[in-house]
Amino acid sequence: MKNPENVIEVRNLEINFHTYAGEVKAIRDVSFDLRKGETLAIVGESGSGKSVTTRSLMGLLAPNAEIKKGSIMFHGEDIIKKSEKDMQHIRGKDIAMIFQDPMTSLDPTMRIGMQIAEPLMKHKGLKKKEAIAQALEMLKLVGITNPEGRINDYPYQFSGGMRQRIVIAIALVCYPEVLIADEPTTALDVTIQAQILDLMKDLQNRIDTSIIFITHDLGVVAGMADRVAVMYAGKIVEYGTVDEIFFNPQHPYTWGLLNSMPTLDTEDGSLSAIPGTPPDLLEPPVGDAFAARSDYAMKIDTEQEPPFFKVSDTHYAATWLLHPDAPKVTPPAEIVRRQQKFAEMEMQRPEPPIKNATKE
Amino acid sequence: MPDERKKILEVHHLKQYFNVGKRDEVRAVDDVSFDIYEGETFGLVGESGSGKTTAGRAIIHLYEPTDGEILFNGRDVSKLHTKAEMHEFRREMQMIFQDPYASLNPRMKVKDIVAEGIDIHGLAKDDADRTKQVEDLLEIVGLNKDHSSRYPHEFSGGQRQRIGIARALAVEPKFIIADEPISALDVSIQAQVVNLMKELQVKQNLTYLFIAHDLSMVKYISDRIGVMHYGKILEIGPADEVYSHPLHAYTKSLISAVPVPDPEFERARKQVAYDESLEKDDKKRRMVEIAPGHFVRAAEDEVAMYTQRAVDAGLITD
Repeated sequence: MKNPENVIEVRNLEINFHTYAGEVKAIRDVSFDLRKGETLAIVGESGSGKSVTTRSLMGLLAPNAEIKKGSIMFHGEDIIKKSEKDMQHIRGKDIAMIFQDPMTSLDPTMRIGMQIAEPLMKHKGLKKKEAIAQALEMLKLVGITNPEGRINDYPYQFSGGMRQRIVIAIALVCYPEVLIADEPTTALDVTIQAQILDLMKDLQNRIDTSIIFITHDLGVVAGMADRVAVMYAGKIVEYGTVDEIFFNPQHPYTWGLLNSMPTLDTEDGSLSAIPGTPPDLLEPPVGDAFAARSDYAMKIDTEQEPPFFKVSDTHYAATWLLHPDAPKVTPPAEIVRRQQKFAEMEMQRPEPPIKNATKE
Repeated sequence: MPDERKKILEVHHLKQYFNVGKRDEVRAVDDVSFDIYEGETFGLVGESGSGKTTAGRAIIHLYEPTDGEILFNGRDVSKLHTKAEMHEFRREMQMIFQDPYASLNPRMKVKDIVAEGIDIHGLAKDDADRTKQVEDLLEIVGLNKDHSSRYPHEFSGGQRQRIGIARALAVEPKFIIADEPISALDVSIQAQVVNLMKELQVKQNLTYLFIAHDLSMVKYISDRIGVMHYGKILEIGPADEVYSHPLHAYTKSLISAVPVPDPEFERARKQVAYDESLEKDDKKRRMVEIAPGHFVRAAEDEVAMYTQRAVDAGLITD
């Protein structure tokens, strides 16, 4: 299935890690598309495979990783089959990445202007002087005050938020088609986080980049994403538009995630934590991997893996609860509240409101 | 409304400066005062560099305060001179750290980590008693006794934080300083640890100083909240009130930046900008009680403005 809108198409990806303890099945049959100009958020706990998935797009997997199966199509070519030399032409130019920790992703011994200019010299063949001039423009774009005075500073002379702006400048200087942001604001304070997120949205509008946004902060996802994929134990368990995932979630794991967060209106009483811990992927459980931690698990969940059930054209979830023969269950109260809101939103959606329409 | 509850901790005009008198003097904590009542959770929030962690460390006396007083159960912490006094103080006040990976010695078994305080304070009669105490503690925090002979690397982040909590509880403290205890944990595990802390608070009558930057979690766990910025507390009040009706402009800005897991809300969100010059003029400021139990750091000529805000918010009647 080819869709011209898709920038990246990942199909049936399986990645194993060879360790002393055995084969860790980190990614187990993951497929997704990234469309032009959209922000796709991948959410999940540590170890769910979200970082491994995106690192495979960059060809940056650890030496003990092995891609067992699948394809990653980018411009009609499979990234997995590319040599390291080919990848070096793609990396930083067509697909760029922002890492979590701006302290460790900048070179402490190199002036920041040079760090931003480097990809231009490498990928676009610019002379140093031209590249530095463009780096200066980029510094202005990401909102560094007094860029002329600071272009020759070293990373340690900047605060965490400013460093992350520099990292973003490096990632975007070649106007990449795809930007992978791996927890880009997790190390930052909320006020700085809000600034960086606004900056990313603004830059995305200007250069029409597609963004894959990895995070475990559902609040950030709600503000940034067009579409969301929820990962658990090396699989995508549910995906849909941001409204569908937040207001009409179907998978018990998505319920658990949304339910375990206190919102600013949560009253006293205990939080609904998801009990237990994620499974060991040395030997992934049979059936639905979340079953052991789920209040809604049925017998079939421990026997057979659930396929994706269609909720809408854009919304799919891999849970047996959606099977026509499954018993009706009532989700947690918070989820019911969200689903009611979704129903109201749907009511309003079908046709664009007629101007000056009067209510009786 | 006079408060009948017992104050377990009183901090008066605490100042913690580093490199005093040098060019690079840092006023990490600058004239901070607050009280914590027995059995409550006091949340201290602020951005990195606001001095919240330094305040916590000064309270448990890891630093010698530059100025000011810290009274724990009525006794001045910086005037504990003998080893025995210090011992007693450290037994009653314990700390849970942010990073469950860095705060457990990787070369010690869990039972020795948890029992270290028991050994230092001589709380176990013999080996059997020590083992029993450790096993009980592990059970309290939701681990089992088989875990006691393992090493920290064999545990997940959430389990490690439970070990850190068991270690703090081992000496039967009254007061626990939790410095960002859940920031390093996954969302689903955060809720587990917070629930555990709340449960223990009730069972063991603990008082918490909860230091964090995750505002939604702080609001949830705390009875009262103090907001720190540039080494000063700008606002103190009941948790719900500070959240729903912040009076200080900085608190408003901070709360407006918190992402909410609701796309509809996020689309409509307007972040409130904060003008730092508000704090930078040379006016004398002190904590003023604007509404009952709700303090704001204000200069004399700002009191009327804050009072008006409180009236508008319905916190007080004119």
